[in-house]
Amino acid sequence: MDEEKKMRDIVVPGEEIDIEGKPGRGVFVENGKLYSAYLGIVDTRMGYVNVIPLSGCYMPKKGDRVIGKIVDLAPMNWVVDINAPYYAPLHVNDVPWRVEFGDTGRFLSIGDVILAKVSNVNEMGQVWITLKEQGLRKLEGGHIITISPSKVPRVIGKSGSMIQMLKDHTNCRIYVGQNGTIWISGAPDGIITVIKAIRMIEREAHTYGLTDRVKEFLERGDE
Amino acid sequence: MTTKFSEGVVAESKRTYINKLAQQGTRIDGRGFDDVRPIKITTGYIPRAEGSALVELGETKVLVGIKIEPGEPFPDTPDMGIMTTNVELVPLSSPTFEPGPPTEEAIELARVVDRGIRESHAINMEKLVIEEGEKVWVVFIDMHILNYSGNLFDACGIGAIAALATAKVPAERHGVGEDFPLPVEHYPVPITFAKIGEWIVADPNLDEESIASARLTVTTNEEGMINAMQKGLFGTFTYDEVKKVINRSLDIGKKVREIILGDINGEEN
Repeated sequence: MDEEKKMRDIVVPGEEIDIEGKPGRGVFVENGKLYSAYLGIVDTRMGYVNVIPLSGCYMPKKGDRVIGKIVDLAPMNWVVDINAPYYAPLHVNDVPWRVEFGDTGRFLSIGDVILAKVSNVNEMGQVWITLKEQGLRKLEGGHIITISPSKVPRVIGKSGSMIQMLKDHTNCRIYVGQNGTIWISGAPDGIITVIKAIRMIEREAHTYGLTDRVKEFLERGDE
Repeated sequence: MTTKFSEGVVAESKRTYINKLAQQGTRIDGRGFDDVRPIKITTGYIPRAEGSALVELGETKVLVGIKIEPGEPFPDTPDMGIMTTNVELVPLSSPTFEPGPPTEEAIELARVVDRGIRESHAINMEKLVIEEGEKVWVVFIDMHILNYSGNLFDACGIGAIAALATAKVPAERHGVGEDFPLPVEHYPVPITFAKIGEWIVADPNLDEESIASARLTVTTNEEGMINAMQKGLFGTFTYDEVKKVINRSLDIGKKVREIILGDINGEEN
């Protein structure tokens, strides 16, 4: 964890994980032993052993906060692209406004970006999302970029340390959706710096001491 | 769902953000309006092809292969070789490319590249005759899009000319004399511009292409001549804008041509 970039353990699907702990995400148990289900890195957290896939699509989980883009309108719902295998419908009952039948376009139109919460996922991977909660809303202005969903925890950092550092250095407002979509709002210079930093995090997500290097990057300024 | 190159629905915030940046004279990736992305050309990438080039224009990646075979000339041009261009939009290169017959975009792309090379007389077709009226060389230019990140026109055009310039006619293999380099005499370079709001930027990337209202490709050669032009999308250009775009394309084309020629000649390093 010193200056050198140390690699985390990389496992392949079916590889035994020789760590004591409860099985978490991306891990399965056979004959009392833990095995990896993905090509990814081993991560132990609060007694659980997880494998974080190196890449892959966003798999919605109940309770996730995601950033989505409206791609279609229907009389009773909007169709939202949340980067998952399926589009997610947002029903008029799940928004804080009173929407008449067929009047959906007045509130959210195609191309709008929303911060929503996954309210339910079924076995088939169908998703329902909602806007009815504190803080969930349409995101006005700003810019959105997409990263691999598996890198989201690194962008946020331990208890939000990374994201807080980015916000403090650039005076930007940043929302990170669990689906890998990031919304950034602020001065153009700030946005460009944030994007650069996020791309750096994405590139070096598998190494230790990343927060320090990002801090160094931000303090050094451009390039 | 969508027939455009772009990724269907564009977030409104992206549109406003790019417009706001344009107002301040900058672009989403920090380039100036006339800057093209870094170009990397690897010629001779496919050993079994007569000529080839892998072009990386920013993150856009195109592989061009040249195949040369003897064939029958067209009845109206018995004293000329034949050139055909084809573009393959590989489904892996973008979420919006699907397998199947060539789409409108693939055909347009192939035609724009074709016209640039044909109208500039880059290849001396008269030197490609084996036996007049009977047998000529047929040059196939096949372009495979490996990664789509905007501006395929320029990437394909650059790749095509780089691959042609390094191609060899395989005469020995077909028993009609000795191998000779393909007679390439001009170096046409296409430069594509996208109109965003009231601004016109060169070499649009994926984001810029998805919100552009109009597109103009100008192919110029080393003598400063315009070989081909193609306007796309629904927006319009004023007369003044077209004139400015042509002048800019000459300047940018010159720089790009230097990169291409440098790569062709310095093949060893």
